[in-house]
Amino acid sequence: MQKNSSSLTQHNRSGWLFALPGFGLMMLFIVVPFVFAIVFSMTNQRLISPNPTQFVGFENYRQLLSVNLLVLDPVSTETGELKQNTDGTLTYPRIRTFTRNNPNYPHLQGMKEWFSWQWQDKQVAILASDPVFMKAVVNTFLFVMVVAPLQGAFALALALLINQRLKGINVYRAIYFMPVVVSIVVVSILWRFIYDGQNGLLNNLLHSVSFGHLAPVDWLGNPDTALGSIMAMSIWQAVGFHMVIWLSGLQTISPTLYEAAKIEGASGWQTFRYVTWPGLKNTAVLVLIVITMQAFALFAQIDVMTNGGPLDSTQTIVFQAVERGYGKQDISGGSAISVVLFVIVLSISLLQRHFTREKK
Amino acid sequence: MKTKIMKNVLLASTIPLLSLGSINGFAATELSLWYHGAGNPVEAKIIDQIVGDFNASQSNWKVALQSFPQESYNDSVIAAALAGNLPDILDVDGPVMPNWAWAGYLQPLNINSAAIEDFLPGTKGYWDGQLYSLGLWDAAVAMITRKSTLVEANIRIPTLAQPWTLTEFNAALATLKQTGKYDYPFDPGLAWKGEWFPYAFSPFLQSFGGDIIDRESYQTAEGVLNGDEAIAFGEWWQMLFQKGYSPGNSQDSADRETGLVEGKYAIQWNGNWTALNMLKAFGDDVLFLPAPDFGHGPKIGAASWQFGVSASTSYPQGAADFIQFATQDRYMTAFSDAIGLIPPTKTAAAASEHYRQGAPMATFFELSAQQAVLRPVTPGYVVAAKVFEKALADIADGADVVDTLDNAADEINQDIRRNLGYGH
Repeated sequence: MQKNSSSLTQHNRSGWLFALPGFGLMMLFIVVPFVFAIVFSMTNQRLISPNPTQFVGFENYRQLLSVNLLVLDPVSTETGELKQNTDGTLTYPRIRTFTRNNPNYPHLQGMKEWFSWQWQDKQVAILASDPVFMKAVVNTFLFVMVVAPLQGAFALALALLINQRLKGINVYRAIYFMPVVVSIVVVSILWRFIYDGQNGLLNNLLHSVSFGHLAPVDWLGNPDTALGSIMAMSIWQAVGFHMVIWLSGLQTISPTLYEAAKIEGASGWQTFRYVTWPGLKNTAVLVLIVITMQAFALFAQIDVMTNGGPLDSTQTIVFQAVERGYGKQDISGGSAISVVLFVIVLSISLLQRHFTREKK
Repeated sequence: MKTKIMKNVLLASTIPLLSLGSINGFAATELSLWYHGAGNPVEAKIIDQIVGDFNASQSNWKVALQSFPQESYNDSVIAAALAGNLPDILDVDGPVMPNWAWAGYLQPLNINSAAIEDFLPGTKGYWDGQLYSLGLWDAAVAMITRKSTLVEANIRIPTLAQPWTLTEFNAALATLKQTGKYDYPFDPGLAWKGEWFPYAFSPFLQSFGGDIIDRESYQTAEGVLNGDEAIAFGEWWQMLFQKGYSPGNSQDSADRETGLVEGKYAIQWNGNWTALNMLKAFGDDVLFLPAPDFGHGPKIGAASWQFGVSASTSYPQGAADFIQFATQDRYMTAFSDAIGLIPPTKTAAAASEHYRQGAPMATFFELSAQQAVLRPVTPGYVVAAKVFEKALADIADGADVVDTLDNAADEINQDIRRNLGYGH
């Protein structure tokens, strides 16, 4: 008994010792900076400034997240009729007259238009103190909602394809995995050439396939196609990584189950539905959570390919954090964005875990 | 075995540490110099020569050079400043200098103002009434095109005394567009993100009569960045892209480099650093033309990289001596001959290969002397430049001009307030 316990503590001590370098580095480079980020986000800390740092409470968060609603009546002429433009549209007063030093609307001070729409003859405008950040949040969510299921599905399809005993299958594995090991910056630069609006590879390809009927598209220069282009490229880039994870999941499924299914006369789809998929349950949860977290951290592609443009159509949360913290030397603002992102990712991961938990 | 190696490594690394202190007692004091030009062998050769000559010329100081790649230079300086490890002498991009001076990274440069009287204004960095930095060269931007292009299209060749007017320039673009020979008649260079935007395009805005920030008080952008003149500029800027006169934000950076030579563009807004290539490509046919006069005189941006003395150095005099030594005509001429930069003084220009009287690039010296305007001299410039860049990119993409400029002015003002006026 005595001997047992002493050997246990002994082991424990060396265990901790072995863990120390890892723990130490993680503390230093992950936990400490994160605590700093939370502290900075409550101050007006600048990257460069001789001014003293002050505690400002939740001011940075208020500046980032405030949203408000403004309903505008159309401008009417002196006779009380609604003033119409030549093309029949109504005119509305400028939103800036309400958001700049207007004593009747103190709660709108400093806000800007995020988006607006027509409702009967009124204009309804959603105002935000930081519309660029709001657009970044929307874009990031869009990106995650498209990339997470598609990338997961493509990766699974590839994994099923290469999980066969064929000659030269390793060549295919290597090919699919190749984009993962190439630096994302290099990949982004290459795809910028592919997407080039005038003589890019993609436009040339479409041109010859359609016998010249498709006009060249400025993929990254058009607000309607820019985010989609980056999604497609990002899915392609990381699909090999998740393919490998799926593959490892596939190989844990016992071959006896497949044999049994074969004997029972199961079709290909039935085998997948009732043998493969249940066996991949845990892998699926892992892949989904990893893709979601990676997708939320979208940055390098944006930085290299579009810089958030055109017209903010590819702004993302992390790009805004870096742009603000370093580009505009506003460490406190950048920190606040990082903390907001952390809360978003954490809650979504918890939700995913909740919905994919083992039901008892 | 392993412990022995460890011991040796430890010993080896402590020896220089120990000796560092003792050398100071009897030999020249070492001054560290940081420079942004790593990776450029021609530049490195000249700066090495300057350092070598200076060290040989006297026995008090010994300058040790450390070069950084330009992309990460500013980050390195900021990181060093936060860690308290700034070098004695460092070079700084002209418009960023006030930011670093205000933040306490730099101290005033002790060089007699009489000695630099005839330097081009863009090479002298003043902040708060004091000289902080001095450059060995300036850069200038011009409308680069071919004589044959303009003559064929029957467009008047502008001169320094009589540049194109707004209507003339617009008409020239329309004419060139109509010829159908070019993808775009005018390439302002939107492929170059970052500092190029405020450096190259804010002079257009100033020529229209606006500015990035009010230069009287440096406390507001209201009325200058979103006034009537600025709106006129914004609408003109948007027109360039809407009418297909200019390639937009998604311009291929390869096209930016070779588009003019390949005939994709008729006129290019580009710097003197490309002039050597253009001369090689076009020979006598090349033209370096002044900026159009949009109403308030033709303007171009001024100030390039300059040398300054860090605030933390114990030897400001040695550092200033080095900078004064470096700003001799022969070194400035050497830089100019090797990379095509504009020499800061008339005498250095007269001795240089490309800028002496009658030489093909002499126009740039005159442009720099006559039309150059500094970017706003304020610590807030760093943020204002970012805001300006985004506003111009958005307008080029078709955003509402008035709203975009209003929002940009608001954002600059908000930043100034958050920084308690940036010490003006």
